[in-house]
Amino acid sequence: MSSAIAELTPYLNPRPAAVAHTRGLTKKYGTVTALHNVSMELRAGELLALLGPNGAGKTTLVRMLLGLASPDAGRVSVFGADPRQSSVAGRCGAMLQVGRVPETLKVREHIDLFSSYYPSPLPLAETFKIAGLAEFKDRPFGELSGGQKQRVLFGIAICGNPDLLFLDEPTVGLDVEARRLMWAQIRTLISRGKTVLLTTHYLNEADALADRILVLQQGSIVAEGTPAEIKARAIGKQVRCVTRLTAHEIRQIPGVVSVKEDRNAYELQVSVAEPVVRELLQRDSWLSELEVTNAGLEEAFLALTQNHSSNSKWSN
Amino acid sequence: MATTTFPATYALPQRSLGQLIALYAKEVKYEIVKYARIPIFALSTILFPVMFYVLFGIVMAPSGARRAETATYLLATMACYGVMGVAMFSFGVGIAMERGQGWLQVKRASPMPLPAYFLAKIANAVVFATVISLVLLAVGEAFGGVRLGFFTAAKLIAILVAGSIPFSAMGLALGYFAKPNSAPAMVNLVYLPMSFCSGLWIPIFMLPRVLQKVALVLPPYHMSQLALNAIGVNPHPSPAWGHLEPLIGVTLLFLGIAAYGYWRDEGASYG
Repeated sequence: MSSAIAELTPYLNPRPAAVAHTRGLTKKYGTVTALHNVSMELRAGELLALLGPNGAGKTTLVRMLLGLASPDAGRVSVFGADPRQSSVAGRCGAMLQVGRVPETLKVREHIDLFSSYYPSPLPLAETFKIAGLAEFKDRPFGELSGGQKQRVLFGIAICGNPDLLFLDEPTVGLDVEARRLMWAQIRTLISRGKTVLLTTHYLNEADALADRILVLQQGSIVAEGTPAEIKARAIGKQVRCVTRLTAHEIRQIPGVVSVKEDRNAYELQVSVAEPVVRELLQRDSWLSELEVTNAGLEEAFLALTQNHSSNSKWSN
Repeated sequence: MATTTFPATYALPQRSLGQLIALYAKEVKYEIVKYARIPIFALSTILFPVMFYVLFGIVMAPSGARRAETATYLLATMACYGVMGVAMFSFGVGIAMERGQGWLQVKRASPMPLPAYFLAKIANAVVFATVISLVLLAVGEAFGGVRLGFFTAAKLIAILVAGSIPFSAMGLALGYFAKPNSAPAMVNLVYLPMSFCSGLWIPIFMLPRVLQKVALVLPPYHMSQLALNAIGVNPHPSPAWGHLEPLIGVTLLFLGIAAYGYWRDEGASYG
């Protein structure tokens, strides 16, 4: 009876089906481990953000999901097939980081060419509209500004009307205004029911766009959850105090993410403040100058990824 | 985590034959447009051979009966020089750049069939090779007293275009191993000395004996001998097979090297 239920569970599960997943993915470049035992899934219609600092393995994971690199160990499946099969590419679009794009071709020509690769592309005018290319579609790529170039690469990713989009650091190097514009364009995709995998090293970008966030650090997934969950975990509180305890002793306290010495005081990143403060006061009755503040978003995210290797207590 | 299930409706769409033809046509068209709009490429690949031809084949040609003979001889060798340059630059520099700077990744992430990419590069080399041959032919006919006739001219152009294959293979191999910034210099380093030593600028029989021996192992020498045979101005004609064999060998060798480079790239990190 129970086994019958277990068998039925996947069908009864209201969660959308995975359009792509990896199991135990490992990839080494020489002596560097780019990815270590990464298992993840991408569900239909969601925007999943891969969040992590530079060199965390985000691009490597994207390249393997696109079939551009082969795993050393583990499996990758996209639309139920190996992404190295060319048929899978017809349903995927990708915006990758690229050093240089042929500069003499016009925007319209680039889009026209990439549209021709797909079995059922968007009409050109539609792509120009969504990606915001109409005003400079007749200009050669080489004459465009940085933000305009990113929009062309975005246009190349969407022109084939793919179901699944990979956006690798789409807003890197953009100013605030161009970034907002790109966010609006990405939201348009979601409203059209596309599945999107976005990589970024900005927590606020993941927060603004994603349904779900995977935090990648040194090739491993160190956290997974909704933006609210990740923020709750990442942000936590900052506790500052002067104490006779050593940094090592403070680190033993459950809930302490990281400890930093600041002049004569210690600064602690903690997930929840109250139990840590209670514990601190219990261990050191001379404790003074106690301050509890909200940690900043970016700095807390940095603490989250930088200290994971030295202290993983907070991570379940 | 529940077992992942895939709806059975994930039938992958297929391109129609018409779409496939349009795709190849566009790839070829935009490849040619891309290069035609780079003034330095169009200029250096067409202008240099024409300039050398005018200088060596027409201005410095002996007067009298030998004048047309010289102009005809150098028409064949200079056209070889031009065709080689296009093949090596568009493959060698083109692929080194597009590969090294991440553009090839963008294309490979799309559903572009890889043969379309290479076919477009071949078509580009063929178009430029034909243009160079025709321009040189026109210059030779107009100012050098060259008289080939339609069929001989067509034969020469066909040999030149086919002769670009080994150099495309050399460029391809170079493109898979050279860094984007050093690729142009590397192509020149191979291309210019090889052209000179093969007797493309100064007829081979006028070169020192040592160089004449060296030329035997250089592909442009064999290509130029075939071109000279075709228009009947080779003072020392030799059987075609003796030249075809090394050219085919060189092509296979460099295709093998390029295939190794391609395979090596699969596991490497770019961008």
